[in-house]
Amino acid sequence: MKVMISAFVAALVIAFAAPPVLDQFGWSSAAQTSSESVRLD
Amino acid sequence: MNGKLVGAAVFVLATLCLNPVWAQETTEVDRKSTGGAQTLEDIMARQEKLKIDEQFRSDNTGDPANAAPISEPLGTLGGRSDADAWRGVRYDNINIETQVRNPAADVLIQNGGIGWYQLREGPVINYGGGALLGIILLLVIFYFVRGRIKIDGGPAGTTIERFKAVERFGHWLLAGSFIALGLTGLITLMGRSFLIPVMGPDAFATLAAGSKWIHNNVAWAFMFGLVMTFVMWVAHNIPNKLDWQWLKAGGGIFTKSHPSAKKFNAGQKIVFWTVMVLGVSVSLSGLSLLFPFQMPMFADTFGILNSVLGTSFPTDLAPHEEMQYANLWHSIVAFVMMLAIIAHIYIGSVGMEGAFDAMGNGQVDVEWARQHHDLWVAEVEAKQGKGGSS
Repeated sequence: MKVMISAFVAALVIAFAAPPVLDQFGWSSAAQTSSESVRLD
Repeated sequence: MNGKLVGAAVFVLATLCLNPVWAQETTEVDRKSTGGAQTLEDIMARQEKLKIDEQFRSDNTGDPANAAPISEPLGTLGGRSDADAWRGVRYDNINIETQVRNPAADVLIQNGGIGWYQLREGPVINYGGGALLGIILLLVIFYFVRGRIKIDGGPAGTTIERFKAVERFGHWLLAGSFIALGLTGLITLMGRSFLIPVMGPDAFATLAAGSKWIHNNVAWAFMFGLVMTFVMWVAHNIPNKLDWQWLKAGGGIFTKSHPSAKKFNAGQKIVFWTVMVLGVSVSLSGLSLLFPFQMPMFADTFGILNSVLGTSFPTDLAPHEEMQYANLWHSIVAFVMMLAIIAHIYIGSVGMEGAFDAMGNGQVDVEWARQHHDLWVAEVEAKQGKGGSS
């Protein structure tokens, strides 16, 4: 059961890590469709 | 007998062809009274869902070459009126230029949206949701008819390692993320119809935003788990002659026999390949949705299908249509996966005594293992010199 719970925790860790990692690569929709100078974020 | 059948088929076809709703009759409309523009008959025909030749307005988009000189009366209007321009937008046959950096920015009106919405809110929810309820009902009936599949003669009391920790980790990473994706996907798909009337729009907005975050980000864990389980188990899931014997015996479910199997029996191999093939498909369509307009796939897929099967799927798709096809395909494939996984969860938990231990702590009862995976037990014991139970 420890393995099961650790896998669920790993899924959460991956989920939280995904947005900043994607952002790092410039893979957000905002980055694809507008330049930095016109973005509000 | 055959003559009667052919006669019946001809009668049915003739009935369908003469029925205006099925035959989608094209109506001839005289548009002289409106100077070629839309008439009341056109509107009424469209409301009755009759097929209309739209060429009378799709081609009527003005001509700048006919513009009166600017010095003359009405010259500033040019050769193309606002109505002409909007018809051009409507039928995508004028050149739209924009400074917005977006593949979909120059599509202002797109026909497929209504069809997509109706399919999504209608058949996808009805058939998909109905199938989920149906499989649950079938499993409940099966449980009461067949009962829990017990270990013949009871457990041996000694155990054998069925799955290593890394295998169980990969399985639960895939399983946990799939359940999270399934639930949040159902909330996203069905929330408007079933949850807003119960909990109200404000509470649902919070739930929907949370579901979207989970769905978009847990998807990466699912894809990682998919790759992990494929690498670990593909060698054990290559079909062989033994699987045919297992399938012919129906896995012994109804005959209460125990057909021979190695590490994975034919039923487990079917689940494995269902998850792999549909998992890749749902991941690709999901990636297409995660990165809107960046990964169009359906025009190319339809092109390949048309060349191989001789079909005539549309290959000139607007960016929005690509997203609509991806969304529908994503939902349909996910429903098929959910059906398979619900059956898998049943047999791996309440449906069979001793089955959950394989993924619970990795240790299964030796007698359970001999009854369901006799050849695998023999292989393990041969490797361990007959003293392999722990």
